[in-house]
Amino acid sequence: MNATATDTHEQHDSHAHGLSDATAIKIALILGTMTALEVSTYFVDFGAFFMPVLMVLMVVKFLTVVSYFMHLKFEHQMFKFLFYTGLGLALFVYFVALATFKFFS
Amino acid sequence: MAMWLFLGSECLLFGGLISTYMLYRGRVTQGPRPSQVFDIPFTSVSSFVLLMSSLTMVLAVTSAQRKDNHRTKLWLMVTASLGATFVGGQVYEFTAFYNEGLGFTTNLFSSSFYTLTGFHGVHVTVGVIMLLSLRGIISKDKDTGDRPEVVELIGLYWHFVDIVWIIIFTLVYLIPA
Repeated sequence: MNATATDTHEQHDSHAHGLSDATAIKIALILGTMTALEVSTYFVDFGAFFMPVLMVLMVVKFLTVVSYFMHLKFEHQMFKFLFYTGLGLALFVYFVALATFKFFS
Repeated sequence: MAMWLFLGSECLLFGGLISTYMLYRGRVTQGPRPSQVFDIPFTSVSSFVLLMSSLTMVLAVTSAQRKDNHRTKLWLMVTASLGATFVGGQVYEFTAFYNEGLGFTTNLFSSSFYTLTGFHGVHVTVGVIMLLSLRGIISKDKDTGDRPEVVELIGLYWHFVDIVWIIIFTLVYLIPA
């Protein structure tokens, strides 16, 4: 009885953070719409909003895929730490390289 | 855990490549400039194809969790096809750029551009090979341990390839040098 209960509980956990097909399709439609908006900046003049719009859309799309499709939002803190540490170090490398070119070239 | 550690290290690899491109993209001493060769409508379609392959990968994972082998194989095949379409588009794009006079060693922009997008293309190709291999393993009903978990791990790699392209598409193609 106990073993069965544990099995059921584990099975429930393994599916708990899985997306339903309908939710995944909705998220994909939102991502597709955001991509269309990104592409529209090439054809339509957004003026001063050009760069902020593109950067915000890029970050939101990135975080949506990571959080829901890769379900990192529902994962253990250790996994979040491993992934976002890599991402943070990558950004750090960029700013160090940028500073190096700025001050030493 | 190993997969997340691997993906974290991949962030560093692509972080370095994207940084290099961002620093060198304005250094065009000879040959065409980025704005002269980029075909944004074409690349937008490629980006959309890769983005939708993430959806089909999720559908493959949920099918595997339901132990529906038929649909798992179907969605893995669709994902691999979309990935192969993206790689085909990249090969076409590289060929068009080369014909317009943008070789690998033409200038710093071209070297960093081909290195960054080429590395990404290789990652997509490796992903396609993994997807097709997994489909073959499921077809032959060979034991892969916890099958839903295997599909999910390959899915993580596939989504990672997608998020890298989300960044590349914006920083490389949409923001002018």
